Amino acid sequence: MIRLLSLCWLLLLPLSAQAAIDAYEFSSEQNEERFQQLTGELRCPKCQNQNIADSDAPLAADLRREVHRMVEAGESDNSIIDFMVTRYGEFVLYRPRLNETTWLLWYGPFVLLGIGALVIVLISRNRRQRQVAASASATSEGSRQNGYQPSEGLSPEEAERLNQLLQRDKDQ
Amino acid sequence: MNNRKLFAFVPLAVFIVLGIFLWRGLSIDPTELPSELADKKRPIPAFELPSLIEPEKTLTPADLKGEVALLNVWATWCPTCKEEHGFLNRLARDEGITIYGINYKDEPGKAREWLRRYLNPYQKVVLDQDGTLGLDMGVYGAPETYVLDAEGRVRYRHVGAVDAQVWETLQQVMQKVRTEAAG
Repeated sequence: MIRLLSLCWLLLLPLSAQAAIDAYEFSSEQNEERFQQLTGELRCPKCQNQNIADSDAPLAADLRREVHRMVEAGESDNSIIDFMVTRYGEFVLYRPRLNETTWLLWYGPFVLLGIGALVIVLISRNRRQRQVAASASATSEGSRQNGYQPSEGLSPEEAERLNQLLQRDKDQ
Repeated sequence: MNNRKLFAFVPLAVFIVLGIFLWRGLSIDPTELPSELADKKRPIPAFELPSLIEPEKTLTPADLKGEVALLNVWATWCPTCKEEHGFLNRLARDEGITIYGINYKDEPGKAREWLRRYLNPYQKVVLDQDGTLGLDMGVYGAPETYVLDAEGRVRYRHVGAVDAQVWETLQQVMQKVRTEAAG
């Protein structure tokens, strides 16, 4: 029974032993972290929609090797990213840099949010004004001789005529 | 009242704008990458690598200067390179085009055997066994073919096999570069 159990246990082992594609030695934990972050953020030019950490393409392996070399050589993140961009273009950046062409990409959502907020403010203000106007005309109804204020879009003559018609209805 | 009417056209306007973007998207090939070298007319990055054909000789970017030429990145492991090889041979033989080669991440023995068997269209072949030159040039898949001007600057890059149709484009670029240099 124990033998059977241990055999079953052995079956489980290979599942947890999935090795990474390549093993790199790092001189410090910080370097390893930077390597992970950079390879996670750089896009593989060959197998698009994968970062170079994830990709199995030979080119991605070359790029990982270069990133490892530069991280260990103590180069800054910026110079490593520059290295990639001068070779493969802005395309390789999963986090695009802020410049004229990416301005819309970075700030567009906030602009849209602002437009949305503006529309909401305008609509609610418009509605409130209409409510105030409606209640004002309702309270002044009794005290006014002419119950109807000339409304928008009517010329003075038309307003006069409308009031006469309303007056006639009231008299009947 | 008028504002109301205008609002009715908002969905139509949105639809038209979306339509323009999506329509444009249809004609964009996302696998085609712009070449930094060609876009900025940069010279071939510095290298010092052995020649495939004469292993004792060292080649540098200066060896690729002098005339408007094609630079072809190839390898024996690349099936598309085999496909285009005949066409390159014809260009070199019949059209008298100067073609340089970069043997990219390959085994030199196999590469020499390949040139013996399928003929050699290249005037010089740089042996880039580790792919360092390829990396510096932004090569992302063999075959790639570059147009170089007489100063050794990159003017155009094509990714994929060179055939009659691609050659038409390459020829136009080469012609343009030549007249530019003359004028």
